Amino acid sequence: MGEVIVVTSGKGGVGKTTTTANVGTGLAKLDKKVVLIDTDIGLRNLDVVMGLENRIVYNLVDVVEGNCRIKQALIKDKRYPNLYLLPSAQTRDKTAVTPEQMKKLADELRDEFDYIIMDCPAGIEQGFKNAIAGADRALVITTPEVSAVRDADRIIGLLEANEIKRTHLIVNRLRSDMVKRGDMMSSGDVVEILAVDLIGVIPDDENIVISTNQGEPLVGSDTLAGQAYMNISRRILGEDVPYLELSGRQGLFSKLANLLKKN
Amino acid sequence: MSLADFFKKKTSSNVAKDRLKLVLVSDRAGCSPEIMEQIKNDIITVISRYIEIDMEGLDIKITQTQSEGNNGVVPALFANIPIKDLKTNKK
Repeated sequence: MGEVIVVTSGKGGVGKTTTTANVGTGLAKLDKKVVLIDTDIGLRNLDVVMGLENRIVYNLVDVVEGNCRIKQALIKDKRYPNLYLLPSAQTRDKTAVTPEQMKKLADELRDEFDYIIMDCPAGIEQGFKNAIAGADRALVITTPEVSAVRDADRIIGLLEANEIKRTHLIVNRLRSDMVKRGDMMSSGDVVEILAVDLIGVIPDDENIVISTNQGEPLVGSDTLAGQAYMNISRRILGEDVPYLELSGRQGLFSKLANLLKKN
Repeated sequence: MSLADFFKKKTSSNVAKDRLKLVLVSDRAGCSPEIMEQIKNDIITVISRYIEIDMEGLDIKITQTQSEGNNGVVPALFANIPIKDLKTNKK
Protein backbone atom coordinates (compact mmCIF):
# COMPACT_ATOMS: atom_id res chain seq x y z
CA MET A 1 0.00 0.00 0.00
CA GLY A 2 1.63 3.21 -1.17
CA GLU A 3 1.97 6.44 0.72
CA VAL A 4 0.74 9.78 -0.62
CA ILE A 5 3.02 12.74 0.16
CA VAL A 6 2.13 16.32 -0.65
CA VAL A 7 4.93 18.84 -1.13
CA THR A 8 3.63 22.29 -0.26
CA SER A 9 4.72 25.72 0.97
CA GLY A 10 2.12 28.45 0.67
CA LYS A 11 4.54 30.94 -0.78
CA GLY A 12 5.65 30.51 -4.36
CA GLY A 13 9.22 30.10 -5.51
CA VAL A 14 10.62 28.46 -2.39
CA GLY A 15 11.41 25.14 -4.04
CA LYS A 16 8.36 22.87 -4.06
CA THR A 17 8.87 21.59 -7.60
CA THR A 18 12.63 21.18 -7.18
CA THR A 19 12.03 19.29 -3.95
CA THR A 20 9.34 17.08 -5.50
CA ALA A 21 11.69 16.22 -8.38
CA ASN A 22 14.68 15.51 -6.18
CA VAL A 23 13.00 13.70 -3.30
CA GLY A 24 10.98 11.62 -5.78
CA THR A 25 14.04 10.75 -7.82
CA GLY A 26 15.92 10.01 -4.60
CA LEU A 27 13.25 7.54 -3.49
CA ALA A 28 13.36 5.90 -6.93
CA LYS A 29 17.14 5.60 -6.60
CA LEU A 30 16.52 3.87 -3.29
CA ASP A 31 14.52 1.23 -5.19
CA LYS A 32 11.07 2.53 -4.38
CA LYS A 33 8.42 2.75 -7.06
CA VAL A 34 7.50 6.40 -7.31
CA VAL A 35 5.02 8.53 -9.23
CA LEU A 36 5.26 12.33 -9.21
CA ILE A 37 2.04 14.23 -9.85
CA ASP A 38 2.12 17.85 -10.93
CA THR A 39 -1.09 19.33 -9.49
CA ASP A 40 -0.33 22.87 -10.63
CA ILE A 41 -2.92 22.98 -13.41
CA GLY A 42 -2.31 25.89 -15.78
CA LEU A 43 1.27 26.46 -14.62
CA ARG A 44 2.99 23.15 -15.16
CA ASN A 45 6.65 23.00 -14.30
CA LEU A 46 7.55 19.62 -12.89
CA ASP A 47 7.90 18.20 -16.42
CA VAL A 48 10.66 20.67 -17.37
CA VAL A 49 12.45 20.31 -14.04
CA MET A 50 12.45 16.55 -14.60
CA GLY A 51 13.49 16.97 -18.25
CA LEU A 52 10.43 15.07 -19.47
CA GLU A 53 8.60 17.92 -21.22
CA ASN A 54 8.93 16.39 -24.70
CA ARG A 55 7.22 13.17 -23.77
CA ILE A 56 3.82 14.43 -22.63
CA VAL A 57 0.85 12.93 -24.42
CA TYR A 58 -1.94 12.94 -21.85
CA ASN A 59 -2.16 14.84 -18.57
CA LEU A 60 -3.80 14.92 -15.15
CA VAL A 61 -7.03 16.48 -16.42
CA ASP A 62 -7.29 13.89 -19.23
CA VAL A 63 -7.08 11.14 -16.59
CA VAL A 64 -9.64 12.76 -14.31
CA GLU A 65 -12.04 13.43 -17.17
CA GLY A 66 -11.67 9.89 -18.46
CA ASN A 67 -10.09 10.78 -21.82
CA CYS A 68 -7.43 8.17 -21.17
CA ARG A 69 -6.41 5.50 -18.69
CA ILE A 70 -3.95 6.39 -15.92
CA LYS A 71 -1.29 4.14 -17.46
CA GLN A 72 -1.46 6.05 -20.74
CA ALA A 73 -0.78 9.38 -19.07
CA LEU A 74 2.13 8.24 -16.90
CA ILE A 75 5.51 9.13 -18.36
CA LYS A 76 8.21 6.64 -17.47
CA ASP A 77 11.53 8.26 -16.65
CA LYS A 78 14.00 6.14 -18.64
CA ARG A 79 16.91 7.08 -16.39
CA TYR A 80 15.39 5.27 -13.42
CA PRO A 81 13.48 2.00 -13.55
CA ASN A 82 10.87 2.95 -10.94
CA LEU A 83 10.08 6.58 -11.62
CA TYR A 84 6.98 7.98 -13.32
CA LEU A 85 5.50 11.44 -13.87
CA LEU A 86 1.88 12.42 -14.27
CA PRO A 87 2.09 15.90 -15.82
CA SER A 88 -0.38 18.68 -15.27
CA ALA A 89 -2.53 20.32 -17.95
CA GLN A 90 -1.22 23.62 -19.21
CA THR A 91 -4.35 24.95 -20.93
CA ARG A 92 -6.83 24.45 -18.10
CA ASP A 93 -7.22 25.91 -14.63
CA LYS A 94 -7.48 24.66 -11.05
CA THR A 95 -11.24 24.17 -11.25
CA ALA A 96 -10.78 21.41 -13.85
CA VAL A 97 -10.44 18.87 -11.03
CA THR A 98 -11.99 18.50 -7.59
CA PRO A 99 -10.46 17.30 -4.30
CA GLU A 100 -12.65 14.18 -4.48
CA GLN A 101 -11.30 13.32 -7.93
CA MET A 102 -7.72 13.83 -6.73
CA LYS A 103 -8.29 11.60 -3.72
CA LYS A 104 -9.74 8.89 -5.94
CA LEU A 105 -6.78 9.15 -8.31
CA ALA A 106 -4.26 8.94 -5.46
CA ASP A 107 -6.04 5.92 -4.00
CA GLU A 108 -5.99 4.15 -7.38
CA LEU A 109 -2.23 4.69 -7.59
CA ARG A 110 -1.55 3.31 -4.12
CA ASP A 111 -1.70 -0.31 -5.25
CA GLU A 112 0.89 0.20 -7.92
CA PHE A 113 3.36 2.61 -6.28
CA ASP A 114 5.27 2.89 -3.00
CA TYR A 115 5.19 6.67 -3.06
CA ILE A 116 2.80 9.07 -4.75
CA ILE A 117 4.23 12.58 -4.51
CA MET A 118 1.99 15.57 -5.18
CA ASP A 119 3.64 18.81 -6.24
CA CYS A 120 1.30 21.45 -4.84
CA PRO A 121 0.75 24.87 -6.43
CA ALA A 122 1.47 28.02 -4.41
CA GLY A 123 -1.44 29.52 -2.50
CA ILE A 124 -4.21 28.12 -0.34
CA GLU A 125 -7.03 28.02 -2.87
CA GLN A 126 -8.51 25.20 -4.91
CA GLY A 127 -5.16 23.96 -6.24
CA PHE A 128 -3.91 23.48 -2.68
CA LYS A 129 -7.11 21.73 -1.66
CA ASN A 130 -6.81 19.41 -4.65
CA ALA A 131 -3.20 18.55 -3.86
CA ILE A 132 -3.74 17.74 -0.18
CA ALA A 133 -7.02 15.85 -0.65
CA GLY A 134 -5.55 12.36 -0.76
CA ALA A 135 -2.36 12.97 1.21
CA ASP A 136 -1.18 10.88 4.16
CA ARG A 137 1.70 13.15 4.99
CA ALA A 138 3.12 16.50 4.00
CA LEU A 139 6.50 18.06 3.36
CA VAL A 140 6.32 21.80 4.01
CA ILE A 141 9.04 23.78 2.26
CA THR A 142 10.20 27.17 3.47
CA THR A 143 13.22 29.39 3.08
CA PRO A 144 14.65 31.24 6.10
CA GLU A 145 12.79 34.45 5.21
CA VAL A 146 9.93 36.08 7.12
CA SER A 147 7.48 35.90 4.21
CA ALA A 148 8.07 32.22 3.48
CA VAL A 149 7.99 31.23 7.17
CA ARG A 150 4.77 33.12 7.75
CA ASP A 151 3.11 31.36 4.81
CA ALA A 152 4.47 28.02 5.98
CA ASP A 153 2.82 28.59 9.36
CA ARG A 154 -0.50 29.19 7.66
CA ILE A 155 -0.08 26.04 5.57
CA ILE A 156 0.79 23.96 8.64
CA GLY A 157 -2.40 25.19 10.29
CA LEU A 158 -4.45 24.26 7.22
CA LEU A 159 -2.83 20.82 7.03
CA GLU A 160 -3.74 20.21 10.67
CA ALA A 161 -7.29 21.39 10.03
CA ASN A 162 -7.49 18.90 7.16
CA GLU A 163 -6.28 16.11 9.45
CA ILE A 164 -3.00 15.43 7.74
CA LYS A 165 -1.26 13.95 10.72
CA ARG A 166 2.37 13.83 9.68
CA THR A 167 3.90 17.10 8.61
CA HIS A 168 7.62 17.62 8.21
CA LEU A 169 9.56 20.75 7.47
CA ILE A 170 12.28 21.33 4.89
CA VAL A 171 14.31 24.51 5.18
CA ASN A 172 15.54 25.38 1.72
CA ARG A 173 18.23 27.75 0.46
CA LEU A 174 20.06 28.10 3.72
CA ARG A 175 23.26 30.12 3.56
CA SER A 176 25.46 29.08 6.42
CA ASP A 177 27.77 32.07 5.97
CA MET A 178 24.84 34.43 6.51
CA VAL A 179 23.53 32.39 9.44
CA LYS A 180 26.96 32.55 11.02
CA ARG A 181 27.12 36.34 10.88
CA GLY A 182 23.57 36.64 12.17
CA ASP A 183 21.94 37.82 8.96
CA MET A 184 19.82 34.76 8.28
CA MET A 185 17.61 32.68 10.53
CA SER A 186 19.05 29.23 11.12
CA SER A 187 17.06 26.06 10.51
CA GLY A 188 16.82 25.83 14.31
CA ASP A 189 15.24 29.29 14.46
CA VAL A 190 12.67 28.32 11.83
CA VAL A 191 11.85 25.05 13.59
CA GLU A 192 11.43 26.92 16.88
CA ILE A 193 8.98 29.36 15.31
CA LEU A 194 6.94 26.81 13.38
CA ALA A 195 7.07 24.05 16.00
CA VAL A 196 7.09 21.16 13.54
CA ASP A 197 9.61 18.37 13.01
CA LEU A 198 12.48 19.04 10.63
CA ILE A 199 13.23 16.46 7.94
CA GLY A 200 15.90 18.28 6.01
CA VAL A 201 17.96 21.39 5.35
CA ILE A 202 19.00 22.23 1.79
CA PRO A 203 21.89 24.65 1.35
CA ASP A 204 21.65 27.44 -1.20
CA ASP A 205 23.56 25.68 -3.95
CA GLU A 206 24.10 26.98 -7.48
CA ASN A 207 24.15 23.38 -8.67
CA ILE A 208 20.36 23.42 -8.30
CA VAL A 209 20.11 26.02 -11.07
CA ILE A 210 22.47 23.99 -13.25
CA SER A 211 20.47 20.84 -12.65
CA THR A 212 17.14 22.46 -13.54
CA ASN A 213 18.77 23.99 -16.63
CA GLN A 214 19.61 20.48 -17.71
CA GLY A 215 16.41 18.85 -16.57
CA GLU A 216 18.23 16.36 -14.39
CA PRO A 217 17.56 16.18 -10.65
CA LEU A 218 20.84 16.35 -8.74
CA VAL A 219 19.80 14.14 -5.84
CA GLY A 220 22.57 11.78 -4.84
CA SER A 221 25.23 13.68 -6.81
CA ASP A 222 28.41 14.88 -5.19
CA THR A 223 27.01 18.32 -4.37
CA LEU A 224 25.80 19.67 -1.03
CA ALA A 225 22.22 19.99 -2.26
CA GLY A 226 22.39 16.59 -3.90
CA GLN A 227 23.46 14.99 -0.64
CA ALA A 228 20.93 16.92 1.39
CA TYR A 229 18.10 15.75 -0.90
CA MET A 230 19.28 12.16 -0.73
CA ASN A 231 19.30 12.41 3.06
CA ILE A 232 15.69 13.61 3.00
CA SER A 233 14.72 10.66 0.80
CA ARG A 234 16.34 8.30 3.29
CA ARG A 235 14.63 9.99 6.23
CA ILE A 236 11.27 9.56 4.49
CA LEU A 237 12.01 5.83 4.47
CA GLY A 238 12.48 6.08 8.23
CA GLU A 239 16.28 5.99 8.31
CA ASP A 240 18.05 8.02 10.94
CA VAL A 241 20.44 10.11 8.85
CA PRO A 242 22.67 12.70 10.54
CA TYR A 243 22.46 16.28 9.27
CA LEU A 244 25.07 17.59 6.87
CA GLU A 245 27.78 19.98 7.90
CA LEU A 246 26.73 22.85 5.66
CA SER A 247 29.50 25.32 6.31
CA GLY A 248 32.69 24.45 4.54
CA ARG A 249 35.17 25.99 6.91
CA GLN A 250 34.49 25.60 10.57
CA GLY A 251 36.72 25.94 13.56
CA LEU A 252 37.16 23.32 16.23
CA PHE A 253 35.25 25.48 18.66
CA SER A 254 32.04 25.74 16.64
CA LYS A 255 32.22 22.07 15.74
CA LEU A 256 32.31 21.27 19.44
CA ALA A 257 29.43 23.64 20.07
CA ASN A 258 27.39 21.98 17.32
CA LEU A 259 28.11 18.58 18.75
CA LEU A 260 26.87 19.71 22.14
CA LYS A 261 23.75 21.26 20.61
CA LYS A 262 22.84 18.07 18.77
CA ASN A 263 23.09 15.86 21.84
CA MET B 1 33.10 47.82 17.13
CA SER B 2 33.70 47.46 20.82
CA LEU B 3 32.98 44.35 22.79
CA ALA B 4 30.00 46.01 24.46
CA ASP B 5 28.52 46.85 21.06
CA PHE B 6 29.03 43.29 20.00
CA PHE B 7 26.87 41.97 22.81
CA LYS B 8 24.24 44.64 22.48
CA LYS B 9 23.89 44.40 18.72
CA LYS B 10 20.70 42.80 17.54
CA THR B 11 21.37 40.79 14.43
CA SER B 12 18.94 40.98 11.51
CA SER B 13 18.11 37.32 11.99
CA ASN B 14 17.01 38.06 15.54
CA VAL B 15 14.91 40.94 14.28
CA ALA B 16 13.31 38.57 11.76
CA LYS B 17 12.61 36.00 14.47
CA ASP B 18 11.01 38.53 16.80
CA ARG B 19 8.86 40.03 14.06
CA LEU B 20 7.75 36.60 12.92
CA LYS B 21 6.82 35.50 16.43
CA LEU B 22 4.62 38.54 16.82
CA VAL B 23 2.93 38.34 13.45
CA LEU B 24 2.28 34.62 13.85
CA VAL B 25 0.55 35.09 17.18
CA SER B 26 -2.05 37.34 15.59
CA ASP B 27 -2.19 35.17 12.45
CA ARG B 28 -2.86 32.08 14.53
CA ALA B 29 -5.41 33.80 16.70
CA GLY B 30 -7.26 34.66 13.51
CA CYS B 31 -7.45 38.22 14.75
CA SER B 32 -7.82 40.59 11.82
CA PRO B 33 -6.81 44.25 12.09
CA GLU B 34 -10.55 45.15 11.97
CA ILE B 35 -11.30 43.00 15.01
CA MET B 36 -8.32 44.51 16.84
CA GLU B 37 -9.71 47.94 16.00
CA GLN B 38 -13.11 46.94 17.42
CA ILE B 39 -11.53 45.59 20.60
CA LYS B 40 -9.57 48.82 20.91
CA ASN B 41 -12.70 50.96 20.49
CA ASP B 42 -14.65 48.87 23.01
CA ILE B 43 -11.85 49.16 25.56
CA ILE B 44 -11.74 52.92 25.03
CA THR B 45 -15.51 53.15 25.60
CA VAL B 46 -15.39 51.17 28.83
CA ILE B 47 -12.31 52.80 30.34
CA SER B 48 -13.48 56.30 29.35
CA ARG B 49 -16.48 55.92 31.66
CA TYR B 50 -14.15 56.01 34.62
CA ILE B 51 -11.00 57.80 33.60
CA GLU B 52 -9.85 60.20 30.95
CA ILE B 53 -7.38 58.44 28.71
CA ASP B 54 -5.01 59.53 26.01
CA MET B 55 -6.55 58.01 22.90
CA GLU B 56 -3.64 58.99 20.69
CA GLY B 57 -1.14 57.13 22.85
CA LEU B 58 -3.31 54.07 23.25
CA ASP B 59 -1.69 50.88 22.03
CA ILE B 60 -3.26 47.45 21.91
CA LYS B 61 -1.66 44.34 20.51
CA ILE B 62 -1.54 40.61 20.84
CA THR B 63 1.86 39.47 22.00
CA GLN B 64 3.46 36.49 23.65
CA THR B 65 4.18 36.08 27.30
CA GLN B 66 5.59 33.43 29.57
CA SER B 67 2.66 31.66 31.18
CA GLU B 68 2.47 31.42 34.95
CA GLY B 69 1.65 27.76 34.77
CA ASN B 70 4.09 25.59 32.91
CA ASN B 71 2.60 25.99 29.47
CA GLY B 72 5.56 27.87 28.06
CA VAL B 73 4.81 30.88 25.90
CA VAL B 74 1.15 31.84 25.50
CA PRO B 75 -0.57 34.63 23.61
CA ALA B 76 -1.57 37.68 25.64
CA LEU B 77 -3.52 40.85 24.95
CA PHE B 78 -1.28 43.76 25.74
CA ALA B 79 -2.84 47.16 26.27
CA ASN B 80 -0.89 50.31 27.01
CA ILE B 81 -3.38 53.02 27.96
CA PRO B 82 -1.93 56.34 29.06
CA ILE B 83 -4.14 58.08 31.64
CA LYS B 84 -4.69 61.82 31.28
CA ASP B 85 -6.69 62.49 34.40
CA LEU B 86 -7.74 60.12 37.13
CA LYS B 87 -10.05 62.54 38.89
CA THR B 88 -12.49 63.24 36.06
CA ASN B 89 -15.12 61.06 37.62
CA LYS B 90 -15.07 62.75 41.01
CA LYS B 91 -16.66 65.94 39.69
